[in-house]
Amino acid sequence: MLDNIQLLFVWAPIINVQIILEGIFLGAVFALSAYGLALVWGVMNIKNLAQGDFVIMGGYLSLAFSQYNLSIFLILPLVMIIMFFYGLIVYRLMIRRVIDQDMFTSLLATFGLSLLMQQVMNLIWGPEVQIIDLDFPVYDAFDGFVTIPSIKIISLILAGMLSLGIVLFMKKSRTGQAIRATAQDPRAARVLGIDTDKIYEFTFSLNSAICGAAGVFVSVIWVLQPFYGITYSVRSFAIVTAAGLGNLPAVITAGFGIGLFEKYVGAIIGTAYEVAAPVSMLLIVLVFRQISMKKNRQAVK
Amino acid sequence: MTTKKTILTYTGLGLFGILGPFLFPAYTLSIAYLWMMVLMASTWDILGGQMGYNSLGNITFFGIGMYVSAVVQISVFYPGGVAEYTSAMGSIKPEFSNNQYFTGLYLGILAAGIIAMLFSLVFGSFMFGLRGPYFAIGSLGLAIAAAEITTTIDYVGGASGISMPLFPGDIEFRSVFFYVLCFLITLTAHFLLRWLFSTQFGLAINAIRDDEDKAEAMGIPTRIYKQIGWGITAFFMGAMGAVAGNMAGFIDKEVAYPIPTFGIFMVAMVLLGGKGTLWGPVLGAIIFHVIKETTWTYLLGWQWVALGLILIVNIVYFQQGLMGWLQSRYPEMFGIVVDKTNLQTKEQSKA
Amino acid sequence: MINKLILGIGTSLVLSLMGLTTTASAKVEGDTITLGSSISLTGKYATNGLHTQRGYDYAVDVINNSGGVKVGGKTYKLAVKYYDDESTPARGAQLAERLIQQDGIEFMLGPYSSGMTKAIAPVSEKFGVPMVEAEGASRSLFTQGYKYLFAVLSTSEQYLSTAIELAAQSSSDPSSVRVAMAFESDPFSMDVRAGVVDAINKYGMKTVIDDQLPADLSDMSTTLTKVKALKPDILIVSGHSKGAATAARQINEMKINLPMIAMTHCEAAKVQEKFPKAANGFLCPTQWVETLSKSDAMFGTAAEWNAGFKKAHPSYSSVPYQSAQASAAVYVFKEAFEAANNFDQDDVRDAISGVEMETFYGDIKFSDAGNNIAKPMFMRQIDSSGSYNLVESSKDMTFPRNVSY
Repeated sequence: MLDNIQLLFVWAPIINVQIILEGIFLGAVFALSAYGLALVWGVMNIKNLAQGDFVIMGGYLSLAFSQYNLSIFLILPLVMIIMFFYGLIVYRLMIRRVIDQDMFTSLLATFGLSLLMQQVMNLIWGPEVQIIDLDFPVYDAFDGFVTIPSIKIISLILAGMLSLGIVLFMKKSRTGQAIRATAQDPRAARVLGIDTDKIYEFTFSLNSAICGAAGVFVSVIWVLQPFYGITYSVRSFAIVTAAGLGNLPAVITAGFGIGLFEKYVGAIIGTAYEVAAPVSMLLIVLVFRQISMKKNRQAVK
Repeated sequence: MTTKKTILTYTGLGLFGILGPFLFPAYTLSIAYLWMMVLMASTWDILGGQMGYNSLGNITFFGIGMYVSAVVQISVFYPGGVAEYTSAMGSIKPEFSNNQYFTGLYLGILAAGIIAMLFSLVFGSFMFGLRGPYFAIGSLGLAIAAAEITTTIDYVGGASGISMPLFPGDIEFRSVFFYVLCFLITLTAHFLLRWLFSTQFGLAINAIRDDEDKAEAMGIPTRIYKQIGWGITAFFMGAMGAVAGNMAGFIDKEVAYPIPTFGIFMVAMVLLGGKGTLWGPVLGAIIFHVIKETTWTYLLGWQWVALGLILIVNIVYFQQGLMGWLQSRYPEMFGIVVDKTNLQTKEQSKA
Repeated sequence: MINKLILGIGTSLVLSLMGLTTTASAKVEGDTITLGSSISLTGKYATNGLHTQRGYDYAVDVINNSGGVKVGGKTYKLAVKYYDDESTPARGAQLAERLIQQDGIEFMLGPYSSGMTKAIAPVSEKFGVPMVEAEGASRSLFTQGYKYLFAVLSTSEQYLSTAIELAAQSSSDPSSVRVAMAFESDPFSMDVRAGVVDAINKYGMKTVIDDQLPADLSDMSTTLTKVKALKPDILIVSGHSKGAATAARQINEMKINLPMIAMTHCEAAKVQEKFPKAANGFLCPTQWVETLSKSDAMFGTAAEWNAGFKKAHPSYSSVPYQSAQASAAVYVFKEAFEAANNFDQDDVRDAISGVEMETFYGDIKFSDAGNNIAKPMFMRQIDSSGSYNLVESSKDMTFPRNVSY
């Protein structure tokens, strides 16, 4: 551990740049799927445990399209559209029925969905680890100490544009306003003539499309296997729990924060703790929130 | 609850429990797993059903118990100590006499329960300020963190796991022995819960479920009740973990912290049977286990699809569980006198 | 009433379960010998579980098509009953018991991975069921005194220690060699690590990075960043297919340029196809090579087995050794049945332990502990065209790796 600290801060401080960059790339993907989760959680009170599987499904769709040699700029919208309609179907078949139920119902129902999706993906694409290599150039910096694959930069820019688009959509468009109104007070929204069922439907499908986009980035940056969804779900939950609902800037900050935290824990304490890091972060945040809530004699609900 | 029927049920289940392994010797361990699942479901229901704290992390205690008992069993009679045993990665095979083995095992089970309970106090100290989804997710995080951290502790073999001491007796005796342990632990837990739910404790935890703030305002020391509830769960989960570890013969992170399987199954079983009742989890566990054992292996690769579908259908369409569904469908069977006027108001309030 | 109902439903379900399955009994029925195996078809070992299953099935087909197994003047066909162990050891142990007790399986084929084998071996041992396994390489499996466990493959501490030997040979001063290693946290990789550590200590080399990768992690950029900064002489990675795929992808992206890189499961993860540039010069240990000059009457030469298997499964460009050793395990059973000339479990067990044969997979002869001591491990190097070349000493090796990203 001491060696690692020395390495990072004394011998080769330049590699911090690489670790920070990796953390940012990781954080960008987390932030996207976490934002989708915050949306469905905040608007319709659904805790979607299948979030990570939507991400992986997006990744596999992107794999399927990449076999036709499409460019990522085409794959991304295609995957998002398909995932949007997939979300619509899932909403109509099951989510609609669990919306008014207590919170555990949605957790378990979506867990069931997660099992189902994992296995269907396993049956369709097989359990092999899959990789998409679009063969984009890799840039060097600082004497080759830092390498930046351009595909990661492209993904980062696309993710940024996407979240900017979503923010604007939420702020400016009629539907976006209706979503926010429903999140604040569904009854009042209904009274004012908003069809909340349609809003829920749209929100869930939008989440699915966002996850699909995150999946495209996962597939071009890391590797795919049908059973990896759970890690993305856990991280999304960690981020949303840490950042709170309906607060996009906080979710994005938390996404990057957790990405960086994970990378630095890995670099300093050891990679063995890289998976434990985000969940420990989640627990720490929860404990701190409890302490601050306790002053007002309240609990974290 | 009419005593005659209760006695009948207990006699039936008791007879099945005692005669099972003799009538169907090939299924001894299958039935042992059945009791294990009954225990998991029943203890989950203390917090999940009766108290309204839905934990996804009870499996943590199972794993802790498994490791604690392994450490106790090895360190009590193996002179080199656990560190030497685990660092040899299974190449040491200590010779225990029968007496040593069984003493070690019983001590291990007891220690597993007690230490798991102590852990529940530690976890409870920072978990019980969380409600609803935050408690569920927090406890899931706890289980994942525990599993990951276990693989980095070299003392307990890290990622290489521990080979448990070999059982001295022959194979039939071994099955029956572990079967009896599973059955006894489950039975003890069941009667303890049955008694507890009938005392003030039961009322208090139901009050916490219905409205924790009001319960607290009325002077119920909610934190203490929550700790006790989770402590009991942890004790039995830990003890069962110890037995399960010995049944498996080899333990590592995957065996000790089966989060996506048993961790979720126990919740699914309770929901299947109906939560917040004494018998719901038992019924759910029996049905779940039997369906799983009969169909699972024939579905080769499709079993998870089936499980996912069962979960979804169960939750989306039978939200009260089978017990709840039966109760609302045939209230007379439950000794509930249906008052027509009452029913009408019920329907009105529903609408 | 309700209690009665529970009782009724419960017991009738349990009874129906009993009734359903007790019909299955001894598994040499008619003219079929049914072997049992719990194999990972879902979960993290599913990729290699599938390679293994295909290997078993291919061998069963070939043996059945060429006349089956002749015991006591009668010809029997082979069949395998599979259960999916979901890559979880506890489930594997449970299924092994189920195969033996409920399905009456008397002979077993192994599961995939050392962890799973560790969980299942105590079960088969207790029931006295001979198990020939092809995928559990951990050394510790063969120090337990198991009598009914036989493995056709070489033990795992040999996987990557050869890489250290090669590094020592190509360096003028072995003690100056600096080693970086990253191992997945599972029993197999830990055993590989133990072998590597022994070799490192033997030459007095220096370990500069010693990372453990969690099984759920699909990102090893942290380790590789440190590798860049510390510039070790050799990088060693072990982590099943996912580990190899992740490592190859990120070595490619981060332009890691070390003189030597060695990792397990290259073929299974198809790194030479996916990342031909980075994979150039990778050292990959393998249990078996298709250019091996060994042969047998059933499958022919190694090359013939390879061609036949590729024909049955055209999706492989390079056949993973996991499939080959799985086929060999089935073949061992055939030989043992014929040698024992009956189906008594102990006779078959003795026949297996006495097996001494040359197969397409290499020589097979079991030690008293049950591991195959007649077959060496091989080290191969991937060249720029993506093909694997055998490395027998440091002279055969392209050193340093010759990559231009």
